[in-house]
Amino acid sequence: MANDFTPILILVGLAAIICGAMVTLSWVLGPKKVTPYKSSPYECGVTPSGSARERFPIKFYLVAMLFILFDIEVVFLWSWLTVFVDPKMGSAAADLNFQVFSFVAIMVYMLLWIIGDWYVLKIDAINWDEEAALDAAKLGTVLEPLAEGDAA
Amino acid sequence: MKDIGQGIEWLSVNQPMTLAAIRVLLMVLPILVIVPGLIWYERRLLSWMQDRVGPNRTGTITLKNGKKIRTFGLLQPIADGVKLFFKEDITPATVDRVLYFISPAIALFPAFAVAGTLPWGPGYGTYGHLTPVWGSEIGVLYMLAISSLGVYGVVLSGYASNNKYSLMGGLRGAAQLISYELAMAMSLASIILVSGSLKLTEVVKAQEGQLWGVVPGIQNWFIFTPFGFLSAVIFLICMVAETNRAPFDLPEAENEIIAGYHTEFSSMKFAVFFMGEYAMMFIFGGIFGVVFLGGYNMLPIQWAELAANAPGYSFLHFMRDLNYWMAPLTFLGKCAAGMTFYIWLRATLPRLRYDQLMALGWKFLLPAAVANFIVSASWIMAQKLWGWQGAVGASIGAVLIAIGLYSAIRKAMNKGTTAMEKRSVELSEGTETIPSIRAVELV
Repeated sequence: MANDFTPILILVGLAAIICGAMVTLSWVLGPKKVTPYKSSPYECGVTPSGSARERFPIKFYLVAMLFILFDIEVVFLWSWLTVFVDPKMGSAAADLNFQVFSFVAIMVYMLLWIIGDWYVLKIDAINWDEEAALDAAKLGTVLEPLAEGDAA
Repeated sequence: MKDIGQGIEWLSVNQPMTLAAIRVLLMVLPILVIVPGLIWYERRLLSWMQDRVGPNRTGTITLKNGKKIRTFGLLQPIADGVKLFFKEDITPATVDRVLYFISPAIALFPAFAVAGTLPWGPGYGTYGHLTPVWGSEIGVLYMLAISSLGVYGVVLSGYASNNKYSLMGGLRGAAQLISYELAMAMSLASIILVSGSLKLTEVVKAQEGQLWGVVPGIQNWFIFTPFGFLSAVIFLICMVAETNRAPFDLPEAENEIIAGYHTEFSSMKFAVFFMGEYAMMFIFGGIFGVVFLGGYNMLPIQWAELAANAPGYSFLHFMRDLNYWMAPLTFLGKCAAGMTFYIWLRATLPRLRYDQLMALGWKFLLPAAVANFIVSASWIMAQKLWGWQGAVGASIGAVLIAIGLYSAIRKAMNKGTTAMEKRSVELSEGTETIPSIRAVELV
């Protein structure tokens, strides 16, 4: 009974129905009077300039990739967390043996984690400081200063 | 009371499906009912903190004899909700229609689904059949997974709106939510390590033992233990950031990006984002209560253990039974305390700058949570090997190593001042010329 998936399916289904109903009801119930001004994107009352489907800072993409890496590392820990205190290996000696072995293994794992985190912070992947982000030396190329004629 | 208990017993044997439906309704209906109340509570408490009155008129009925029935404005959010249902649902012409339609629903969904493994009462007796909705072995994992679904609502609504402010808000929201998700999962790691189970009822049970394993009569709530306290602080900061609340409300920072990811939404679609946010805040208060504050236990006192040694039906037995039967109210009280904390924070703290936000998440909370995890694992290992004297020595060593590593990282990170600091130093020393915008003003 406890491991039966029925309750969670009912809960997820009910939640989905409620969410769908909320969104659909307002769409059905409200009046519809479309005017050009209402249906333009809101840009503080100024005439909208172009689409928003443009380039955005690469930093956000970088953070998302780092999240996936680190989150998987956290998820790998979960299975060990539940067995470490009480491994139930059969005998006390076997328990201790497993605990010492797995503890050392996890500490090596965490050391790799720390090195990874240190590297990420070192290359300023999380640094939102404008000056650091645009530092030409960090980008690997030294930008040529603009010549007088190029400014125009 | 006894009949109800027997009825539930009968249902659990003969009609498990009906009982499952009852469990789900007992979880979902209170959330639906309580959200307008939460909005009212926030508005009233915030006004009180800001020396205002807040909504206090709606719902006052004047009878024929001049008597008034007051509800202190409690019906205000309901009136707002009814109004929002009948408002025009403006869909801008440039949006991605499918995503625009479903993204508010995605934002609301985790608020109802996240509490699926959260126990609001004891896991035995009558309440044992009613809670949690899903007595799963992976309760904490489920909770983290569902709560991180909220990021889809934010980033999809930002993208679908085809508005520059929305896109900016959505991107900010995505980066913020995933960054704090990490520290949150890592802070829970040391709790799971000690309680030895991902099941939330087991986490509560682990907190009913003796304080630090030695003090009799007092429950070992994780917030009283050193590692648990650090985890609690990290979790508390992360749960505020996860719900996009002040001081971490950058995805919807009004004075920078209008309303962020929900700029283009109107009528109930707009309100759905807020429903999700408020329900999520309330449930996060409950999660904090379950993981760190002993769940449904009213006070950190082991009534059951004390009563076992007492003769007859004494005060201790009465308190044990009271603690059992008041469990849902205690749980709701802990949720409400979490909500009050959120409102208090909103009234107190100014918003963070974006670089400060990312720095706090990645350079402080995440390393602190990892250090906490390593130290608590080392403590358990050392205690197993050398007893508690060895554990004290080993953990002091571990803490010193952690502090050394952390300060080394900090030193490496903060080599050289940030651009903003440099600028303010230069301005105060007068080495930088006056910025051009100032010059324009002066002209």
